[in-house]
Amino acid sequence: MSEEHGADPLHIPDAPHRPGDEAGFVEWPWSPGDLERPDVDCDASETVALAEGLVRVLGDDNKSSGEWDPKLSTEEMITGLEHMMRLRIFDDRMMKMQRTGKLSFYMRSFGEEAVAIAQTMALKDQDWLFPTYRQPGAQFVRGRDMVSMICHCIGNEMDNVKGRQMPVHYTYREGRFISVSSPVGTQFSQAVGVALASGYKGLDEVTITWIGDGASAEGDYHYALNFASIFQAPVILNVVNNQWAISTHKNFASKNGNFAVRGLPYGIPSVRVDGNDFLALYSVTAWARERASRGLGPTHIEVLTYRAGAHSSSDDPSRYRPSDIHSHWPGGDPIDRLREHLKETGGWSDEMHQKLSEKIDSEVMAAYKEAVKFGDLANGPYPSSDAIFTEVYESPPWHLEEQWDEMKKWRDS
Amino acid sequence: MPNMNMVESVNNALDTMLSRDNDVIMFGEDFGYFGGVFRTSDGLQDKHGKHRVFDSPLSEGGIAATAFGMGINGLRPVVEIQFADYIFPAYDQIVNEMAKVRHRSGGEFWCPVTIRTPAGGGIRGGHHHSQSPEAQFTHTPGLKVVYCSTPYNAKGLLISAIEDNDPVIFFEPKRCYRGPFYGDPHNVPTWSGHPEAEVPESHYSIPLGQARLALEGSQCTVISWGAMVHVCERAIAESGVSCDLIDLQTLVPWDREAVVKSIEKTGRCVIVHEAPKTSGFGAEMAASIQERCFWSLESPIERVTGWDTPFPHTTEWDYMPGPDRVAAAIAKTQED
Repeated sequence: MSEEHGADPLHIPDAPHRPGDEAGFVEWPWSPGDLERPDVDCDASETVALAEGLVRVLGDDNKSSGEWDPKLSTEEMITGLEHMMRLRIFDDRMMKMQRTGKLSFYMRSFGEEAVAIAQTMALKDQDWLFPTYRQPGAQFVRGRDMVSMICHCIGNEMDNVKGRQMPVHYTYREGRFISVSSPVGTQFSQAVGVALASGYKGLDEVTITWIGDGASAEGDYHYALNFASIFQAPVILNVVNNQWAISTHKNFASKNGNFAVRGLPYGIPSVRVDGNDFLALYSVTAWARERASRGLGPTHIEVLTYRAGAHSSSDDPSRYRPSDIHSHWPGGDPIDRLREHLKETGGWSDEMHQKLSEKIDSEVMAAYKEAVKFGDLANGPYPSSDAIFTEVYESPPWHLEEQWDEMKKWRDS
Repeated sequence: MPNMNMVESVNNALDTMLSRDNDVIMFGEDFGYFGGVFRTSDGLQDKHGKHRVFDSPLSEGGIAATAFGMGINGLRPVVEIQFADYIFPAYDQIVNEMAKVRHRSGGEFWCPVTIRTPAGGGIRGGHHHSQSPEAQFTHTPGLKVVYCSTPYNAKGLLISAIEDNDPVIFFEPKRCYRGPFYGDPHNVPTWSGHPEAEVPESHYSIPLGQARLALEGSQCTVISWGAMVHVCERAIAESGVSCDLIDLQTLVPWDREAVVKSIEKTGRCVIVHEAPKTSGFGAEMAASIQERCFWSLESPIERVTGWDTPFPHTTEWDYMPGPDRVAAAIAKTQED
């Protein structure tokens, strides 16, 4: 029979920092201007440096430079800054609501505000968004009313998904923001289908989707890359590498720590981008959109960022990582970086920033007060429980009609 | 005997088996370092080493497939699927692979894997953190299916599941991790002081296939499993009818003898589960009961179940069977 070997029984990875450890990261070797911006019709093999490196535009000196600089106007940058600030203030308010029992659950985008906002701003209105629960900010770009977002999170009478989904599982068809599902990764391969349908219909629509570093271990991620590559789908496939899936460090999702390069053997042009650099994100996404729109197929993007907060209101990250770790992230904070850049270029000041922050704060408070008029979690009113039975099918079959009557009997007795 | 809640008794069962059998190996999402999102594996990695208790990538299909491979090569893996709602990427591996390998290989390979998974509603989890998918597995030959309901039976059944040489799907009613659930979300007791929370520290097992008679009576047989056992207990008290309450514990293979014996005594039967009605395990039981007990039955068998709809978020109390619905069904069986 087999003899025993002398090595460790199994290789089990670990996270680089655990509670009590001094947090720190290796300084990034990548600077703005390092990487060329290839023609959009390039081959996957011409993107090796882009996948192995890191596309940055904003430097440590707060200036923008390099071929990837999207040269946005001051107004466009201020719009992006405002959306990011809105998302952060909104998240903080919602988290307070959760802590006081007004929401059952919440998830912030803290530290990752640039991701969905810069990327959605780089798209056109007809493009489809297929998000995870960490991209709600895209809805601000698409003009969603904040009151309706809060009503969804409460699950009150005005919740457009009728109290069926947990908070932050938004649906916003008007903004082409497709319904969020809890099982991680499922949207990634579905997005390829959305994109192929647009192609079939001959429409200039691009689909963008996101998946976490952790969820890239699901089969759906690999289905997506293969189908997108085989059928040359007009899709932008983003792996948001925020380093953590609840307590699971990205070392359990990738041996070498680079997710971008995984697109290359599928023949998909692949890029890694600084996810806290608004301008770099915007630029890479615009490049990917142009590729898709010109029939050149999918682009695979690793968005390198850091989950600054807890996974959700149910999570306590101090149990598995140093509490101050995000403050050491070499990518800094996305809002601070764009603010400092705007100050550097002369379009912004601390006073303007403060004023905007106060304006958003009142806007969020007003929206919150308006939303709770339609009911809060503790006291209702809730959506009618008739919504349990509607839209299960296009129309309820006899057995649901029967059970619906029975439910009403109990509810109304 | 120490008083444990169900998180502690599951943890204690896992600890007991890691200590007794070096072939027992455990993994799952957030399972190792963190100790599980429900804390059921808290402290086990520190105690038994990270090569025996570890985190896995987020891949339920990968978890099941890897456990399968370890199982056919002599280990006894115990894996966690974080929520039963997330088991479906693993469904192919469970249904087509684990369940059939003993048979397909002419008995040359077998798969002693235990898949633990928190199931059921009552935590405002919406449709992806609340489902109770036991019937999706009872319909698969080759799998054993267990659903615990108390700290005491959680430990005893889990030890049996791990020691069993067939694949076992082990459902833990998450609503009952920290206390029995009687159907009133505004009045949630803990396990403290409950007789079923007296859990020995030492190894013990409850045989798979054996039901528990939770209450003894004479006028009706109420059959349930998981969190609904406690709802039934409250309903029986409300109804004023003297009932046997059978906590099935194992769904495959189920304790037909105990059920038949009880119905021959009472002549009436109510089956309660929180999973949807259509093709629920209650349907299988009702069919078997009429085959065996037709001449003993004094009234039609009643079923009280979740609706045939997705599980809602805000209005979950209009979905989950409560004591009132169960009590009314009990009363109905008493009509002549």
